[in-house]
Amino acid sequence: MSTRDWPLWEVFVRSRRGLSHVHVGSLHAPDAEMALRNARDVYTRRQEGVSLWVVPSAEIVASEAGQREEFFDPAADKIYRHPTFYEIPEGVEHL
Amino acid sequence: MITPPSSTPFSYVLGLADDALVSAQRMGWWISRAPQLEEDLALANIGLDQLGQARNLLTYAGELEGAGRSEDDLAYLRDDRDFRNVWLVERPQTDFGVAMARLLVFSAWQAELYAALALGEDPTLAAIAGKAVKEVAYHLDHARRWVVRLGDGTEESHARMQVALEAEWPYVEELFGPVDGAVVDPVALRDAVLTTVESVLAEATLVVPQVAPARGGGRRGLHTEDLGYLLAEMQHLHRSHPGATW
Repeated sequence: MSTRDWPLWEVFVRSRRGLSHVHVGSLHAPDAEMALRNARDVYTRRQEGVSLWVVPSAEIVASEAGQREEFFDPAADKIYRHPTFYEIPEGVEHL
Repeated sequence: MITPPSSTPFSYVLGLADDALVSAQRMGWWISRAPQLEEDLALANIGLDQLGQARNLLTYAGELEGAGRSEDDLAYLRDDRDFRNVWLVERPQTDFGVAMARLLVFSAWQAELYAALALGEDPTLAAIAGKAVKEVAYHLDHARRWVVRLGDGTEESHARMQVALEAEWPYVEELFGPVDGAVVDPVALRDAVLTTVESVLAEATLVVPQVAPARGGGRRGLHTEDLGYLLAEMQHLHRSHPGATW
């Protein structure tokens, strides 16, 4: 079985406690166990993370580029949805 | 605080350092040659972990010797007869099954060794081993998963994994040979290491080889021809351009 037959996995890394997992890239692996270990070796070798998720790329349901306008443009003129009218208390980094 | 002079022999620490150094060099061969990119990085990481262990151990060995030799002096300016590593790590490992069989044995041995050193009486070795023990746990996990995957895989992968295991098995026994002044008695590690390895082999549906041990002698400076070629490649740059950095 060549590498080309291996499914693709998306990798998410949480860089430290309190932050969310962030998508960092993808890799090929024959199964979930191997995907997790490959992710460790490829994406966290410079202390990038404290937690890893791997997700089969085929399981991700993505919005389509062709629907971009109807999906996202209507939010463009709704400035009142932004919490920019509040003062952020000092010391709150991730609001 | 004044640390009392250590009674740990230079030759003992040198042996452990050389095991890690030579293994790291062999692991480096796989860079750009592993079955896929992800494994390429995994093996490079493992080799670099071992190189880090070797650097710490060589530095400490140099201090014990008291002749002013640095880690670089010890790594690059000794000839094969002055190396004290076991034969297990010095032979080429250009077959992936062989590399994983060897890593399984070596990391199972290092795991027991470093765990014991971390609790041992030499505080410097305890500190070096305490850091390395986590690295080696991952190496063992990596090797175990591949050996099981290949051993309990297809008919062909099973057969090739068994052949690889047979090739490495003669070199297992040397790990447990007596060493003068050993902080951790190598003989005392034997049962625990073999229990670990044999449980993996059982899970992998592989058979424990029945082969005579190789002659060995690495701890006394007797080596296979292969070590000379390894050192020639590893030491060439430093010897041609002393003190070169990049």
